[in-house]
Amino acid sequence: MKILVFVETAEGKVKKTSLEAVCYAKNMGGEVVALALGEADKAELEALGKYGAAKVLHADDKRLNQGVIQAYSSAIAKAMGDEQADILVLGGSTLGTPVAARVAVRVDAGIVTNVVSAPEQVDGGLKLKKSIYTGKAFAWMVLTSAKKVIVLRKNAATAVENGTPASVTAYAVDLKDSDFAARITSSEKATGEVLLPEANIVVSGGRGMKGPENWGMLEELARTLHAATGCSKPVSDMGWRPHHEHVGQTGVKVAPQLYIAVGISGAIQHLAGVNSSKYIVVINKDPEAPFFKAADYGIVGDAFEVIPKLTEAIKAAK
Amino acid sequence: MKILVCITHVPDTTSKINFINNQTKFDTTGVQFIIGPYDDYALARAVELKESSGATVTVLNVGLAETEPTLRKALAIGADDAVRVNADPTDSFFVAKQIVEHAKAVKYDLILMGRESIDYNSGVVHALVGEMLNMPSVSPVMKLEITGNQAKLSREIEGGKEHVEVNLPFVAGCQEPIAEWKIPNMRGIMSARTKPLKVVEPASVDSPVKLERFELPPPKGAVKLIPADKVSELVDLLKNEARVI
Repeated sequence: MKILVFVETAEGKVKKTSLEAVCYAKNMGGEVVALALGEADKAELEALGKYGAAKVLHADDKRLNQGVIQAYSSAIAKAMGDEQADILVLGGSTLGTPVAARVAVRVDAGIVTNVVSAPEQVDGGLKLKKSIYTGKAFAWMVLTSAKKVIVLRKNAATAVENGTPASVTAYAVDLKDSDFAARITSSEKATGEVLLPEANIVVSGGRGMKGPENWGMLEELARTLHAATGCSKPVSDMGWRPHHEHVGQTGVKVAPQLYIAVGISGAIQHLAGVNSSKYIVVINKDPEAPFFKAADYGIVGDAFEVIPKLTEAIKAAK
Repeated sequence: MKILVCITHVPDTTSKINFINNQTKFDTTGVQFIIGPYDDYALARAVELKESSGATVTVLNVGLAETEPTLRKALAIGADDAVRVNADPTDSFFVAKQIVEHAKAVKYDLILMGRESIDYNSGVVHALVGEMLNMPSVSPVMKLEITGNQAKLSREIEGGKEHVEVNLPFVAGCQEPIAEWKIPNMRGIMSARTKPLKVVEPASVDSPVKLERFELPPPKGAVKLIPADKVSELVDLLKNEARVI
């Protein structure tokens, strides 16, 4: 069995979900080949060997520095053929998931996304557990096709270094103009911050924060914890925070180790975006806030008093 | 311009999720069904384009007879006609194939849908349809402007957004804030009753994915409350009990 892992990079660095994907593939057994597209840090790619890649293919092509869905699909589908890979594994993202779907059509594979745990070999195929109903339930799916595409949700595998660095081989992609039919003209990206979908800890604020001018204390808490900041839907709707920070049913679904909700009442649509968190802390002055029912730890109190104290206590405990 | 909007018929976002028949079937008891929230954004943008540039909007759902009220609602919001592919939407591949069969015959300039359904959350149908029709697909789309044959879009990326230009035809998986949800008015509801709703039989598809069973997560334990003047206790619990900081 040969498994190709598409490794997503951001500013040349390998994303954590891609390291998890390499480990996931390694745990399945068989030979793991990693594929990176666009300019990337060579040492980062070599290090993929430590996570389980037997070799690393690198298409060092400037045109792929931006995630063009069709071009990425063509490059990965070609590598599936060249490497005679049976399975494609990758971490789900706004780029990875649609790319995986297009590759599945090209190579005539079945696809399962939002996979949360290791697969089981069963008669007639591969059994996979996926998250459904926005984290409120799971479905066990059986992939019966000869070729398979598996798209992982964050934390489907733990990224552990175990082996030795791999050699990086230049890989020639054969792209056509039509692969770039959708042209990326520019992008706006938060830099130097912890990205919300990847973060191990998320600090989120709601209407209880009263206004965008009060986010400083949440950002300070987030910095102290090396966390990303998020918000509820009303907060992004009112323009207090950018849309990519909106956590919930129709926003980003997060799965951090720790989710700290401040001044968020906990409408079911918000809970849908956070119910895969390992631990939830709720800070709200209303003891009746429904969020407390979904929380592991709670403080009933005024955020404007509790948050600065919490930040200080965490600094003191470090 | 001809626009196809593909919609899902899904449980309301506040629904309690339960399964019956040995965990193999969704329990619809007491559940309200709605147009998928992401699909609703796509539909709202399509209706805006109809109002601003005279497009026609066809709405399509793959589903059994019980989804017709959802299609009628889409007609009330402003779609011109509806198509129901008479089949249980078992998986993304199956649904994508049904959309493609319809779209091949009609030749739409634009195919819109939500970035994902809120039941299976797979988020792949737009890309599957794009690949099957050999068209570009863009997702998740937060902004869509069309001038002549060219579209300017914004798509969300982790931690920001990208601006994309693409020529028609293409497929877009949409999300907020592409448009504001539209609530049907009385005139819309009245006219929806007489707008055409065509039922077609599904194409035969051998799907590579089979559902085995559903599972609910274990119930959550009770919250541990910490007094507001003792935040260091919380830090201690996070550090030594949960071990997350």
